[in-house]
Amino acid sequence: MSKKIEKTGSNRVLEVKNLNVEIPVPSGLLRPVQNVSLRVDRGETLCIVGESGCGKSLTSLAIMDLLPSKAKRTCDEMRLLGENVFGIKERAMSDLRGDRMSMIFQEPMTSLNPAYTIGNQLGEALRRHQNVSNAEARDRAIYLLEKVGITAAAGRLGQYPHQLSGGLRQRVMIAMALMCGPDLIIADEPTTALDVTIQAQILHLLSELQREFHMGMVLITHDLGVVARIADRIAVMYAGQVVETGTAEQIFNAPTHPYTRGLLQCIPIPGKTKRGERLGAIPGIVPSLVGHMDGCHFASRCSEVQARCQTGNIELAPAKQKGHLCRCVLAQSGPSSELETGEAAV
Amino acid sequence: MFYYALKRLGVAVLVAVTVSILSFSMVYLSGDPAVALAGEGASNEDIENVRRIYGFDQPIIFQYGNWLLQAVQGNLGHSNYLKSPVASVIFERLPTTMLLGACSLAFALLLAIPLGVVAAIRPNSIIDRIALSIAVVGQAMPSFWFALTMILWLGINWRLLPITGTESWMNFIMPSVALGYYLTPAVMRLTRAGMLEVLSSDYIRTARAKGLRPMTVLFKHALRNAIIPVVSLAAVQFGFMLGGSIVIETIFAINGLGYLAWESILRADVPMMQAIVLVLSVFYILLTFLADMLNAFLDPRIRVA
Repeated sequence: MSKKIEKTGSNRVLEVKNLNVEIPVPSGLLRPVQNVSLRVDRGETLCIVGESGCGKSLTSLAIMDLLPSKAKRTCDEMRLLGENVFGIKERAMSDLRGDRMSMIFQEPMTSLNPAYTIGNQLGEALRRHQNVSNAEARDRAIYLLEKVGITAAAGRLGQYPHQLSGGLRQRVMIAMALMCGPDLIIADEPTTALDVTIQAQILHLLSELQREFHMGMVLITHDLGVVARIADRIAVMYAGQVVETGTAEQIFNAPTHPYTRGLLQCIPIPGKTKRGERLGAIPGIVPSLVGHMDGCHFASRCSEVQARCQTGNIELAPAKQKGHLCRCVLAQSGPSSELETGEAAV
Repeated sequence: MFYYALKRLGVAVLVAVTVSILSFSMVYLSGDPAVALAGEGASNEDIENVRRIYGFDQPIIFQYGNWLLQAVQGNLGHSNYLKSPVASVIFERLPTTMLLGACSLAFALLLAIPLGVVAAIRPNSIIDRIALSIAVVGQAMPSFWFALTMILWLGINWRLLPITGTESWMNFIMPSVALGYYLTPAVMRLTRAGMLEVLSSDYIRTARAKGLRPMTVLFKHALRNAIIPVVSLAAVQFGFMLGGSIVIETIFAINGLGYLAWESILRADVPMMQAIVLVLSVFYILLTFLADMLNAFLDPRIRVA
C-alpha cells in the first residue's frame, strides 16, 4: 500500500478550488461543473442543493475520481486532510477511496453486487485497506450493521442483496461506507429512491452517524426540507455553478440569489401555505451547458434580470454577512473589500 | 436450490421423452419400414414376414413403448448393417466425440471469453476491432471450408499437423479449432455485451468507490455477472457443435459418433441413426441441465428464493 494519509488533527477534511468537469458531446463541449469550490470541516455537514442536472452529482463523482472515462476534470486545488489528491496516481487514489473518503449512492437497489453476500461485500472494503483477519472484518461488519439499525445483523451477513428491501440495502450501503472509518463521507441523494417514510429515518441516521464518528459529510440533495434539518452549511448549485453559499441560517433566513429565493418559494410551509393555493415555480428551463456561456446562467429565468447580467463573468462574491457568498450582480453593490481569499472557497 | 434443481430435472425429463418420440418416429419418415428393409424385388410374403419379425404390425403406441423400455435398459436396437447391437457400437465411438467436443469447447471459451473481456474494457479500440473481425469471419465461414483450408496449409503445404485419424493429441488440434471456431463469435460477442453492460452498472461504481483494485473489480465483480448468459449460450451452442461434428469428423476421418452417423446415413441404417440422435439429444439435455445448475451457482437470485 502506498503512502497513506494519517488521521490528522487538521480540521479541514476537504478543500476543492475551481473544479471543472468537461464532457465532449456530439454538439460540442459540455461543461456540467464550472469553477466549483467547496470546503468541508470535520464534524460538519455541507449540503449541495440544486435541481436535476445542475452538476451536483458530477461534482461528487469528480471529487472521488469516479467520473465516466469520457469526462475530464480540472481544478486548481483538491485537498483531502490537507494533502493534495488531484492528479495523483490511480493506485494512490484507490488507497484513499473507501478508506479516508467514501460514498453513498442514490440507487440502493442496484448499488450492491447481486452475486455476493452482504458480508462479503462489507468485508472486502475493510480487507482491501486494512490488514485484518476475516473474523475481524466480520465483527466490524456486524457492529456497523447494528449501528445503522439492522436487526439480527449476524444473520444478514449471509444474505444476498435481492433478499433485502431498498431501505435495508441503503443501510447496508451506509455501513459499507463506514467500514474503514472514513474522514469524509459523500452521500449523493441517498434517499431519492426510497419510500418517503424511510427517507426521514435514513437522513436521521446519517446525521447521527456523522456526529458520532465526527466525519465531514457532503450531502447532495434536491430536497430543501432535508437540508433545513441537517445542514450546517449549504451550497446552492444552478447550471453547473455554485450560485450561493453560506450557513444554513444565512441561506434560509436571508436568501440573496434570485434562484435560491425561487427555490425556497417552491416549498409548501404547513400553516402558511393555503390549501389549494399554487406553490411558487421558477418559469423557464435550465440553459444548455454546451460551449461557453456569457453572463449569469440564471439570467434567462430571472425576474430581476438587468442588462449587466448578460455579459462578462459574474463572480461569487460576499453578501451581507461573513461567509455568505452570492453569484449575483444585485447582491454585489457593496464594496468587495470583505472578500478574504480563505473565505472565497465555499 | 433443491426445488430449482428438481424443477429443471423435470423439464429435462420431459424434453428427453419428446426427443425419444421424435427419434422413434424416424423409422416411419421414409415410408413403410418393412418395404425398405425387405429390399428391392421382395415378394409381398417377404414384406409381411419382415413386418412381423420387426414388430411393425403392432400398434404404434405399443411399438414405441417397447422401444423406449428397451432403450432405457441400454438396448438401443440392432444395426441393420453391422449386425451387432447399436449400443455397443455407439458407446465405443462416443468417447472420441466427447473428447473432440471438450477440446473444441475449451478452445472456443479460452479464445472467446478473454477476447470478449478485453474488447469490453476498451470498446472501439484496435483489440475490439480485431475481436470483431475474428467474430465476423467465424460467423461467416463454413466450418467445412475452414477445415479443408487448414488441412491444405497446416497439413499438406507446411506439414505441421497430421490430417486424419486420432493417434495422438496432435490429431485433435485442427478438428478442435475448426469445430470450436464455430462457437467463438456468439460467445465472444455475448461476453463483450455482458461486460459492457455490467461495467457501467452501479455496483461496479460501488466497487470502485471502495477502492478495490481494478483486477478485483473486473474479475470478482464484473465477469461473474457478465458470464451468466454466456453459460447458457455455450451449452446451446455446444449442442449445435455436436451436430457440426458430423461434418468435421468426416473431413478428418475421426472415428467418432459424427463419422458413424454419416456412415449410417449412407447405409440407411435407421436403428443406428435413431440411437445416435437419441444419445446426442440426451447428452445435450444433460448439458443444458448442467448449465442451469452452473448458473444457479453463479447467480444467487436463481439459487436463493
